[in-house]
Parts: sequence; structure tokens; C-alpha cells
Amino acid sequence: MQDKSPTPPQIKVNRWRRFADWDERPLRLDKFAVEDAAAGFAAFSSPNDPKPGLGVENGKVISMDGIAAADFDMIDIFIANHHLDVDIAMAAMAIPSPEIARMLVDMNVPRAKLVRLAHGMTPAKLAEVVTELNALEIAFAYSKMRARHTPGNQGHVTNAKDDPLQLAADAATAVAFGFDEVETTMRVARNAWSNAIACTVGAAVGRWGTLFQCSSEEAEELQIGMAGFSSYAETVSVYGTERAFIDGDDTPWSKAFLSTAYASRGIKMRCTSGAGSELLMGFHESKSLLYLEARCLCLQRGMGVQGTQNGGIDGAPITCTVPGGMRELMAENLIAVWLDLECASGNDARPTESEIRVGAKILPFLIAGSDLICSGFGSILKYDNSFNPSLMNGEELEDFLVLQRDFEADGGLTPVGETEIIDLRSRAVQAIAAVFEELDLSKPTADMMASVVAASGSEETESYLPRDVAVISEAIKQRGINVIDVIKALAKRGFRQEAQNLLNVVKLRVTGDYLQTSAIVRNGRIISAINDPNEYLGPGTGYRLSPERREQLVNIRDVLDRDEVLRSEGRHAKTEMRLIQYRTMGLAEPGADPKEVVIGISPGFGLKIFRTLGGHPLSSVLDALTSGIRAKGGKPRIVRLRHTADTSFLGLSAARLAGSGVGIGIQAKGTAVIHQRDRLPHHNLELFSNAPITKLEHYRRLGENAATYALGESPEPVVVPTKGEAMGARFHAQVALIYAIETGLTEDGATPENIEIRLVEAAQ
Amino acid sequence: MKGKGLTTDDYPLAEKRPDLARTRRGKTLEDLTLAGIESGDVALEDLRITPEALRQQAEIAVAAGRPTLARNFERAAEMVDVPQDVILRIYELLRPGRAKGKADLLDAAKLLRGTYKAEQMAAFIEEAADVYERRGLFSKRF
Repeated sequence: MQDKSPTPPQIKVNRWRRFADWDERPLRLDKFAVEDAAAGFAAFSSPNDPKPGLGVENGKVISMDGIAAADFDMIDIFIANHHLDVDIAMAAMAIPSPEIARMLVDMNVPRAKLVRLAHGMTPAKLAEVVTELNALEIAFAYSKMRARHTPGNQGHVTNAKDDPLQLAADAATAVAFGFDEVETTMRVARNAWSNAIACTVGAAVGRWGTLFQCSSEEAEELQIGMAGFSSYAETVSVYGTERAFIDGDDTPWSKAFLSTAYASRGIKMRCTSGAGSELLMGFHESKSLLYLEARCLCLQRGMGVQGTQNGGIDGAPITCTVPGGMRELMAENLIAVWLDLECASGNDARPTESEIRVGAKILPFLIAGSDLICSGFGSILKYDNSFNPSLMNGEELEDFLVLQRDFEADGGLTPVGETEIIDLRSRAVQAIAAVFEELDLSKPTADMMASVVAASGSEETESYLPRDVAVISEAIKQRGINVIDVIKALAKRGFRQEAQNLLNVVKLRVTGDYLQTSAIVRNGRIISAINDPNEYLGPGTGYRLSPERREQLVNIRDVLDRDEVLRSEGRHAKTEMRLIQYRTMGLAEPGADPKEVVIGISPGFGLKIFRTLGGHPLSSVLDALTSGIRAKGGKPRIVRLRHTADTSFLGLSAARLAGSGVGIGIQAKGTAVIHQRDRLPHHNLELFSNAPITKLEHYRRLGENAATYALGESPEPVVVPTKGEAMGARFHAQVALIYAIETGLTEDGATPENIEIRLVEAAQ
Repeated sequence: MKGKGLTTDDYPLAEKRPDLARTRRGKTLEDLTLAGIESGDVALEDLRITPEALRQQAEIAVAAGRPTLARNFERAAEMVDVPQDVILRIYELLRPGRAKGKADLLDAAKLLRGTYKAEQMAAFIEEAADVYERRGLFSKRF
């Protein structure tokens, strides 16, 4: 045995600390579930899902998805009687699912042809087809199959106090940002009428056409609608198993009846369904989430509703605990639009604490477009959302606006300036206060109104509390106040435009144009799947940003341009003039002193640019560099180089002029290098590339090290510590603009000039 | 034109066919002004949808290839004049376990057919009565 090799030392480590780092990330607040079809935790398929199939005899369905008509439950019966079109069914069911899946992503197959086929397809067949598609294909197919050409969005407007002043202000704000629909609900159920009036009035400020709903108990919601205080409803939920439906206290017939009742009152209406609801209710029959949702969607088409709110909705969080959950949510949205339903595509209840998962969830819908991308974007802060926080909220609204700009994708929203928002919020609280006073409901004070106009959320307001609101709300209900009373009150108190805007929305009922599939109001006109149909047939077709719309999307706030950079530098110029004087002393020749270190400054240094990206005045930087050089026994000489603005070449040219052969190159923005005469241009001694985090103490040590190299010694290189900031994101726009100013000042063959500086006051 | 044979070209009606629009009290869209509301000439009644408008929208939905939506609009046309309390009562009756037996639903259907000429909605409720019986939805729930 050659057993002489030494045993490695024992390493007693329990855990790689990266796992501890990961434990701290918001992601780890999300809980994930094991895939378990028997327990209902399966996204796309379960052994218990039926195989697609259809038997038709004499125009009647005798079996569907492996179940004989005699064994149908009430959902099967409804689908067989009201959804399936037997004229197309046998032909549609005979096409192999992979072939239909390819048609869905084939831009040459028109949407209308696929919609016709879907009329004859069973839930299991629809589910089987979309299961063939990967996430990208689903997004593409969704973009092709959604009903309306122009994308839109819906927002929640609620607050934790049910404060009507804030509801009005926030509704007006949501309208300004471009939401096509706004939805409210209450913390306290009896506040429904107050919420409805407040949002109705707020949504009439600025422009007209935003549809409004007050999510409430079924009978009350219908009454609020009858009084003219809402224009759409989407709380009619359906479920994919019989037991879940019954537990939800309804049947397909009761919900269909309610849907018809809304139409008979001229109120736009869609159903709600989504993966996970049956699982949460405990009646999932061990079927996959997708199959159950396909049943819900066939049911909805059969009921004759124009649209659906689907994509998880309240079940989105549980769906996202399952492998493939997010893909499943996309797939069920695809089935919805394939069935020719308007789709308010979820992206609603927040399914994660991870901002990365949030961004990933929204992106496919943003770029594919959707009738209503979110079926409730929280236009208010998370804690004010009485539905529960949304995927995107008031906190993240600007992120969404920037995503629109990044991808040149229309998410239905538009940036709004600060002044405009203040005007609208003020107008909205004045309008609702006038209505309250005129109808003798309440008289809010100026302080209440001001606190609401300024408040980001209800924690900052000094306004109504839920109990005050209950009194107002009960009075509205008891006295039978309706929208005519509100219109009159607005008009009487001088809010004529708002009165007219509100009248315009209520007038939509008379002809009912907005009851058709995917109808919204844009620029005072109804657009829907009928007069604005999605007819995507490949690149150059389908929805594209018009130049005008693109201009709106890109116009986010605080955008840098060259003038802005120069203006900002101009402000610093004055200060710098008082601190430093630069004197040009003529042509700079190579030096002979072995202790000499040349500081090569860039063309715009102290002439056009006066501060580094780290915010340090250039006078202070030069002071730090020269002090550092002197401290180590070196002799600084400042030379302005005018043939280049590149850090490496500034450094190398400075080194070649220096008696010691060591030079410093520094750009006006603060990027610096220590160079040596004989080195390759990009092979420097030390580089200070992160100007934004380079401090004066670093510049001083830079000077010290340069002098130390000049003396032939080897100092400890200066390390500017970084915390991993995204420097490029924070500074590159400014860098490029500043650098362009510097390069604009360079001249080929321009000679270096000696510069004498005089630090007038103690530069710090 | 009496609203016959409307196509997708007639949509939106308010824009393309304002001549077809009449409120319950015979007003045109042009009559529905703010001044009219202020003077009391325009009432909430004038801002309701009419059976005619729903039937016109049904024709357009058929033309757009949406037969199930059209049938919903036709049922809705029949329901415009059904009072709110009747609607809410029938809705309640259709919820699981509310009706004691098939007869309750058949009575509701008879009321809709007889009093409100709501033939299609009556048939829809008769269908529900059959299904509820088959699926045991009349059983008392607690």
C-alpha cells in the first residue's frame, strides 16, 4: 500500500452563506407547491383529465370528452346545449391537436377561421391544443387571436378608508393615465353607494369615456348600475366543477340569467373565472387547472357574455405555486380570446413578492397586447387596494410606463405631468365636494380636500373615515339619488364639462354599442371587436404604434438631453469660477525632472464641464491630485490635452510628457488613469473607471500612487469599492452626452498646453 | 329601415345609425342634452336601453359571427320591461337549493312568458328546471 498521501484538512462548514443571502430575498416569501395532480396541483394535465372526444347524433351531442350525455353534470349540459356548434364540431374535433396548435401560431391562418373551429371544440380539446404551445408561442398566438385591435387596460381605484374625496381624485388620476375601465370596491360593504358616486364623478374629470364598475354584492351592484352609477360589471364568477359552482351558490343558469339582466339594463358585462378557484374551494376533481378553466370558458361563450376576466384572478397566486403555473395563466387567456371573448387578462392579484417574477409575468401581455392587459392594475398604493394588491400597483406604475417605452409596446397607459395631475386631482375633489353639498350629503373642508389632493395614499389624508362614509352612502341609497341628480348638481355648481362627460357615459346605454365584444371608448368613440377588429396576418399588420401614440409613450419624465446637461453644468460654472483659475501657459514640452508627474486633463475640463459624475468640483479634484503627488515627493504639472478625450490616451500622453514617465489622465467627468510612458495604451497602471463613486480621497491617493510609481516603487493600488450599483443605468446617458461635448472639442494634431491653476479659495 | 338586416357596417349604431335610436319616451340621441336634463325634459327613463336597441345589437352580433352573444341580447331584449324585483326574485330562485321543486321554476317561466312575453328566457328557465331536477339541485341546502 502506497498509503502515504496526506489526508486533506477537514473543513467544518455547515452552509454556503449564499443560501442565507437568498433566504433574505423577497422571493423566499413566496411558497411553492409540489406538483400533485391528485390533490389538484397540476397546471396543464392530470391523469384525471378526460381525453377529447365528441359524439353527435341527429344534431344532438350524445357524448363529450369521454362522458355520455346521460352522465353529464350541469356544466357539461350547458356546454353541450349552448356552446358547441354541431355544424362545425365534428370537423373541428377531427383535426389533430398539434395541427391546430400550429394554425394558432401560423400568421397566415386568419383569426376568424380559428374562432369558427373553436365553436365546435370541447373543453378537453381546447386544453389539449394550447398545451402543445410553449410560453412564447402562447404569447404570440394570444397577440394574433385577441379580439380587439387596440390594446387597453383597467385599473383599481379604492382606498383603505373608503374616502370619497380620495376616490374621486384617484379616479381622475387613473383616467388621466389612460385606464379604459376603473373598478372600485369597498372595505365596508355599505359604503358601496358612496364609492360609486365618488368614482363616477372623478372619472368624469379630464375626459370622458372611462367605463366604471362598483364591485359589490350581486343585487346591490345591479341596483347601483340601474341608478346609472356604473357602466360595466365583471363580478359574475363561474367555476369549472359542479360542486365548486354550487358552493359558490350559483349554477350556469343563474349566472347566465344575471348576465342577461345586466344586458337588459344596458350595462357592459363580463364573467370572471380563472385557474385555482376550484382548488381553493376544495372541489377540483383532481383535474388540471387548465382543463377546468377550459370548461369555464366554454360555459361563458355558451352564456353569451361578451367577455371574460380570466388568467387566474383570485386563483393566480396559488396557480403560480405550481410548476408551469404562469404558463398556464397565459394558456387560459389564449383559450378565452380563441373563443372570441373579450379578455381582461388577469395580471391582477399579486402572485409573488419577487419584482423579477412580477416583471416576467407582465411582459408577454405588454408586448402581445390585450383587450385589458390587467383586469385590475392597482392605480393606487398597495395598502389602499381593497381587492388586495395587484401585480402592478401605484408604486410600480412608472416602471410600467418605462416598460412601454423600452419595448415600444402599448400597455394602454400614458405618462402624465405633475402639474396636470395636481390640476385634475384638485378639480375632482372640488367636483365631488360640490355634488355632496348640492345634494346635502356632506360638506368637506378645504383642509380635507387639500390633504387628499397631495396624498399618495390614504395614510396621508385628513379626510373622511369609513363611518362618516357609511352615513353618506346610506343617505344616497335611502333617498334614491341617481345619476341624473349628480349630473344636475355638477352642472349647477359650474362643473359643466364634467356633467357633460358623465352624461356621455350614461348615454352609451341608449344604443348599447358598448355591449358588443371588447368595447371601450377612445377619443369619444366606441371601439370594439366589430369596428376595430384584430386582423393580424404577420409583420406590418395588426396593432402598431402610430407616430403620435409612440410620442406619448416615450414622453416619460426627467429625460436627459444635451441642453439639459449643459444647463446643469452652467449652474456649476459660476461656483467654479470663484474657486479656480486656469491659465494657459503655452506649448507643453516633455519634462526632464524625474520626480515630475503630469496630469493630463481633457479638452472640456473646467471649460465646459465643472463637476465629476460623483459630484465633486473639478477644482477640488485637481487639489486632491496635486496634493497627493506632492505628499509623496512628486512634482505635479498640469497639461491640457486637446487631441483626445479618451482616458487611456490622456494618461499615456501625460506619461510621455512627464519627466518621470508617469502620468495621470483625467476626463472632466472624473474617469482617471495612472499611465506609464512605455506601456500599451490600454495596459495602464491603475484605472479609476467608476467616476460616480470615486471620492476626493480616492483622487488624493491616486496622486500619491502616481508619485510613488514615479519614484520607482510599487504602491498598493487604490480600490474604489462598489456595491454593485448599475452604473450604466444611472449614468451612461449623462456620460455619453458629456463625452460628446468633450470629443466635440478635440482637434486632430492639437498640441498640449501647460496649465497653471490658482485655487482661489480652499477648494474642498 | 326598421332595424332589419343590420350588419357590422351599421356599427356603432350611435354613430352610423342614429336614425334608429329612440329612447323609451321617443327621444332621439340629439335630444339627450345637458340642457334637457337641467330642464327636467330628459329623465333617467330616457337613458335606459330599449328592447329595439338590444335586438339591433343582436343582429349585428350575428353578422359578426357571435350567435351566442346575439341570443343573450335577444333574451335581454325580452327582459328590459321586467321589473327589478322580479328579476332579483327569479335570480334568487335559480340559485341552487332555492326552488323547492321543478314547479317553482316552471312558474317563473310561465310568468316571464305570460306577463312579459319573454319567450326565450322562459324556455331557458324551463331548461334549467329539467337540469336542476336531473342533478338534484332542488334538494334543500343549509
